[in-house]
Amino acid sequence: MKTLLKIIGLLVLLGLVAVAAIAFVPIRATPPQGQVAADFKPAEGQGEYAMRLADCAACHTAEGGKPFAGGRPIESPFGTIWSTNITPDPETGIGGYTLDEFRHVLYDGVRRDGAHLYPAMPYENYRMASEEDVRALYDYFMNGVEPVKSEVKKTALDFPFNQRWGIRVWDWVGLASPGFKPRYNNPVLNRGAYIVETLGHCGACHSPRTPIFAQDGTDGTSDGFLRGGEIAGWSAPDLRGAKSAPQLWSASQLKAYLASGRNNHSAVTGEMSLVVQDSLQYLTNEDLDAVVAYLRHIGDGDGGKEELPASGEKPAPDATTALLNSADPSMDLGPRLYLDNCGACHFTNGKGADGVFPELDGNSLVTADQVTGLLHVILNGSRLPSTRERPADLAMPGFGKRLSDEEVAALATFLRGAWSNKAGPVDTATVAANRSGS
Amino acid sequence: MATNAPKKDVVIVGLGWTGSILAMELCEEGLEVLALERGDDRDTVPDFKYPEVADELKYGVRYGFMQKPRNSTLTVRRTLEETALPYRMLGSFLPGDGVGGAGIHWNGHNWRPMVEELRLRSYVEESFGADIIPEDMTIQDWGVDYDELEPYFDRFEKVAGIAGQAGNINGKIVEGGNPFEAPRSGDFPMPPLPQTVDAMMFADAARKMGYHPFPRPAANASQAYTNPYGMQLGPCNFCGFCERFGCLNYSKSSPQTCVLAALKRKSNFSYKVNSEVLKVELAPDGKTATGVTYVTAEGEEVFQPADLVILAAYQLHNVHLMLLSGIGQPYDPATGEGVTGKNYAYQMNGGTSLFFKDIEFNPFVGAGSNGMVIDDFAINQIDFGKEGFIGGSYISSGTTNGQPIRSMRLPPGTPSWGTAWKQATKEWYGHSMSIGSHGSNMAYRDTYLDLDPTYKDRHGRPLMRMTFNWKPNDIRMTQFMKTKIEPIAESMSPDIMQSSYKSEGAMYDVRPYQTTHNVGGAIMGTDPKTSALNRYLQSWDVHNVFVMGATAFPQNLQYNPTGMVGGLAYWSANAIRKDYLPNPRPLV
Repeated sequence: MKTLLKIIGLLVLLGLVAVAAIAFVPIRATPPQGQVAADFKPAEGQGEYAMRLADCAACHTAEGGKPFAGGRPIESPFGTIWSTNITPDPETGIGGYTLDEFRHVLYDGVRRDGAHLYPAMPYENYRMASEEDVRALYDYFMNGVEPVKSEVKKTALDFPFNQRWGIRVWDWVGLASPGFKPRYNNPVLNRGAYIVETLGHCGACHSPRTPIFAQDGTDGTSDGFLRGGEIAGWSAPDLRGAKSAPQLWSASQLKAYLASGRNNHSAVTGEMSLVVQDSLQYLTNEDLDAVVAYLRHIGDGDGGKEELPASGEKPAPDATTALLNSADPSMDLGPRLYLDNCGACHFTNGKGADGVFPELDGNSLVTADQVTGLLHVILNGSRLPSTRERPADLAMPGFGKRLSDEEVAALATFLRGAWSNKAGPVDTATVAANRSGS
Repeated sequence: MATNAPKKDVVIVGLGWTGSILAMELCEEGLEVLALERGDDRDTVPDFKYPEVADELKYGVRYGFMQKPRNSTLTVRRTLEETALPYRMLGSFLPGDGVGGAGIHWNGHNWRPMVEELRLRSYVEESFGADIIPEDMTIQDWGVDYDELEPYFDRFEKVAGIAGQAGNINGKIVEGGNPFEAPRSGDFPMPPLPQTVDAMMFADAARKMGYHPFPRPAANASQAYTNPYGMQLGPCNFCGFCERFGCLNYSKSSPQTCVLAALKRKSNFSYKVNSEVLKVELAPDGKTATGVTYVTAEGEEVFQPADLVILAAYQLHNVHLMLLSGIGQPYDPATGEGVTGKNYAYQMNGGTSLFFKDIEFNPFVGAGSNGMVIDDFAINQIDFGKEGFIGGSYISSGTTNGQPIRSMRLPPGTPSWGTAWKQATKEWYGHSMSIGSHGSNMAYRDTYLDLDPTYKDRHGRPLMRMTFNWKPNDIRMTQFMKTKIEPIAESMSPDIMQSSYKSEGAMYDVRPYQTTHNVGGAIMGTDPKTSALNRYLQSWDVHNVFVMGATAFPQNLQYNPTGMVGGLAYWSANAIRKDYLPNPRPLV
């Protein structure tokens, strides 16, 4: 709340100072980034692939809705933002947009009518995309998508956030310069950086936000980039720290997670499910390898090693495993609930089963500072997206009906301190708040 | 009056194991495939989710996942002289209902047949002489050999993810496996499950007597597994809710865990639930089918035109549809002529219970396919001439569950209610085990299926009539198994022992549960005069109708049928893809 007040204050102040400028300086559209022939025609499938990289569907296709017809609610700290219809319908979609107008949206977050988009539209990242990709996307949305005539809900945030001119000021302060500049001598790393930093817009969730709610760095040269953020109360984990999953996992495991939403350690939950479902599973092998190489390159560790096949000897059980294996009826509520509800799949050692049941020992969802994700999964369950490589939409059932708030709190507290996990407890009130919100 | 639906390339009746396999295979040919399933849709979550599915009363006793007789049943009689009466309460067998069919509620025993079983009549005649075959026994060769089917058994085992120990790889006997099994081209996809104490006690006793125990081939995953479709299984946790339940843990092989999510990704596949097929419609000349007529949940009749019709419903329903649709000449037991309905067979099982005061079996730790087996008295190990019967059994022990209502095994003489029952339950729960025989059942002139002359279903169609009884040959077989099992049991020194095997004069009783291994009725073979289907499961008479499932078994194997059913489905699918589609015609 304090942060929010600060942001409001800052925005209002900036707004006042800039009123004159806003009134008199015309909005300038960022020009094309890079040379592309005037008669450029994207290759077959190039536009659709760029759309997959940019994951337009995750926001612009509503659950059960027509592709790209908008209407999906995006929860922001300032209220609900409704995604727009980006089909080529001339009246309710973007059918009337010229290429320049389309680019103006992607690069500057400015609509054809001059209104500023909320930065839920990741133009902070898209403005780094190449002109070729912009052209391919434009071609796809004009020619490859069925027009859908559909008015979507208008976004109506409370004052002061309904004053869209304020975003213009925010843009001046918050936006980095446009265009992607290759930084490596290695084309694989450059490709990975391009995907992650531009169309892939990973930073939109995984980078922390500055006090004015801009991404704390939009490329790998910034220290804050991909150090962990938050989306709709869920933690978007750090991707660069030495203890972060992408740095601890082997390259092949990281790749499997991105392509199929699951690997020998973990399974995708929350908003990241949409990213796997609508975007990452469609990436080419080469692009996945590039993303993996780049993420490992910008990490603090050396990158995880391929796991060796387990030797015949089982390691001695740690204290948590020993307690669970004892099946001692007098054990505390938390571990007892684990045995009764979780152990069948995740096992007493918290290691689950490769590709099917996620590890809970060392799981970033379990140990995140924000417990919303963990509580959401316990209360409501979670379902993996069906992907090309792994079509099974494996699901964990919700336990909200079976467990009281006190029990969920005890279970979550146990999980956060079990095995090698060292995260703080969860109280009953937090569970209650999450239950009503879910 | 039926409305007409847009034409499909393929319509599949029933979305269980064979329906989903055929859909997958034919979608890969780019065909537009529609599956019609008369039951509800089902998925692991929410339909089998923990803890709701672990409800013995709802699913084990009240048959939550089974067909309701009021929606679909048949009439049963034991002899040609009796009047058949409707099977109004489920008992002897439990056909499944809904997407996944019986594939969701099986225990997961997955076997291949023996080489000799697939050419049973020839084997008996060559080895023991034709004159040992009783006059009324109508056993036949299948028309397809084990070697031809081997790649398709292998394929099904990889898709279903079977855990087991090979005993014969390309003719080389492997220690710890079944030395009498037909040669396999490779190992099982997964190592065998760990075993419970009863299974290990049985294996020890059998080994001491010179027998060859091996782990039961299990469609319960022993580890995390990914199949050729990319579908995944998680390791079985021995929860003890397997048969009659959907698996809560993604551990039991089923259409849901092994095929359906991959199938649903195919844009040329679609399926409709609560859509019951009433009839296969034939062209005026009767040589091809034009599609099927089905009825929706709202009672609307729809004609679904299709170039290819796959009957993939339960065995009984496939035969019923063929009889109702005029596919193949109905079998007449008086003349022995006709093929549709011929050679219905079942399964001959027996068992011995062992009670041990001082052993804790912890029966709540169980898996559907847990257990150790011996095949020392299998079909290919018995001198039929000497023993006076044709057939064989595998013998096994292993805990599948310790559910309180149905798995409360009590010593003989215990009252079934009151204080004495309570006392005995307290004393004996968890202190018993059993050794069972699971045996073949031959087919006979008067074990068959036809349309009932009296009773009709809710759509006004005649019910199917089953005529079936136990026969002296098969009773001699099960009595033989008793003489082999009891000495093993005695060698284990139980405090109390109780045997249950059918004895001379036993009549078929539909009330107690026996097994859902109903087979035959539209059998495969080499001669259109004696079989309804050719060796590719294609109707001899209507060449664009293929019939999946245990319907095709000329008599029953000594094994559980699913491995054979799965292998035949891939064998038939291959023939359709490679041979039939390029030139639709009778393949033989």
